[in-house]
Amino acid sequence: METTVDETRIVELIVRTLRALGEEGVVDLDGVEPTATTDLFGAEGLLDSIGLVSLVVAVEEALDDELGIRVGLADDRALSQRHSPYRTVSSLAGYAAGLAPAG
Amino acid sequence: MERPVTLVTGSRKGLGRAVAEHYLAAGHHVVGCSRKPADWEHERYRHVLADVGVEADVGNLLGEVRRTHGRLDHLVANAGVASMNHSLLTPAATVERLLQTNVVGTFVACREAAKLMRKRGFGRIVTMSTVAVPLRLEGEAAYVASKAAVVGLTQVLAREFAGFGITVNAIGPTPVATDLIAGVPAEAIDRLVARQAVPRLGTAADVINVVDFLLRPESGFVTGQCIYLGGV
Repeated sequence: METTVDETRIVELIVRTLRALGEEGVVDLDGVEPTATTDLFGAEGLLDSIGLVSLVVAVEEALDDELGIRVGLADDRALSQRHSPYRTVSSLAGYAAGLAPAG
Repeated sequence: MERPVTLVTGSRKGLGRAVAEHYLAAGHHVVGCSRKPADWEHERYRHVLADVGVEADVGNLLGEVRRTHGRLDHLVANAGVASMNHSLLTPAATVERLLQTNVVGTFVACREAAKLMRKRGFGRIVTMSTVAVPLRLEGEAAYVASKAAVVGLTQVLAREFAGFGITVNAIGPTPVATDLIAGVPAEAIDRLVARQAVPRLGTAADVINVVDFLLRPESGFVTGQCIYLGGV
């Protein structure tokens, strides 16, 4: 889907949010410095289900506050290994960008 | 001490309005919603036009709470619709309408509220079921199905949200004299009331008393319950 949202900015926003949650002790980053390719959820993922919920909700808020993008990131494929939009930082960014209203 | 922030859905009239006014009198900031504008106001009350059956409306409603107050302590998910009719005369569209408002509306309101509550590690959610569920009230198959679903929803959400310090409980009121039962024949209400241990119509105060208990900070060990009124 073509959008006017810069996906790179969303990646940065997610990385920042993840780091903040780590500092607040909401999620345990286990010393990992998050990047676009960081595995979020799944076999190699950084987050447990509560950590994932916390990240997704915090990203929704940050998208609204910082980029004026109001989207719900709830998705039925959350627990799918192959199709989950929550697999990595960049897949979550791509998913959010795809939901953001174009123009 | 900061004033608590309380969200009451379906607050334009009836029980929702009584609950909203009760918590305003108790000093809370109250945000309410309904599909139509409210014809009452208060300096600490904000009314948002929202249909709880529309996901985007609920998102906007909670966005409003977040931007205005930055927090949410209590949700009373009161908005609901009723229909009384023999199941053989009930169109599927009526069933869908009841499920959309009573089940989907409650689900989405709880989900969005919990997102805001979890940040402070505290929240109290009260949903609305009905004594018609345990009474298996004939003539209300679709309504009872929707309100039984609310109990199931409440029990599961209680477990999912417990880690965030959020409790989720349901209240099952008896009939209360509001618009919700205005179209129900008096004999049907009389028959229902006769099946209660305390055979009288409920009042808003009866319901608010239980809401008060469930919203108390001290009630953090009470979750996933449905409290029926009238001794049903």
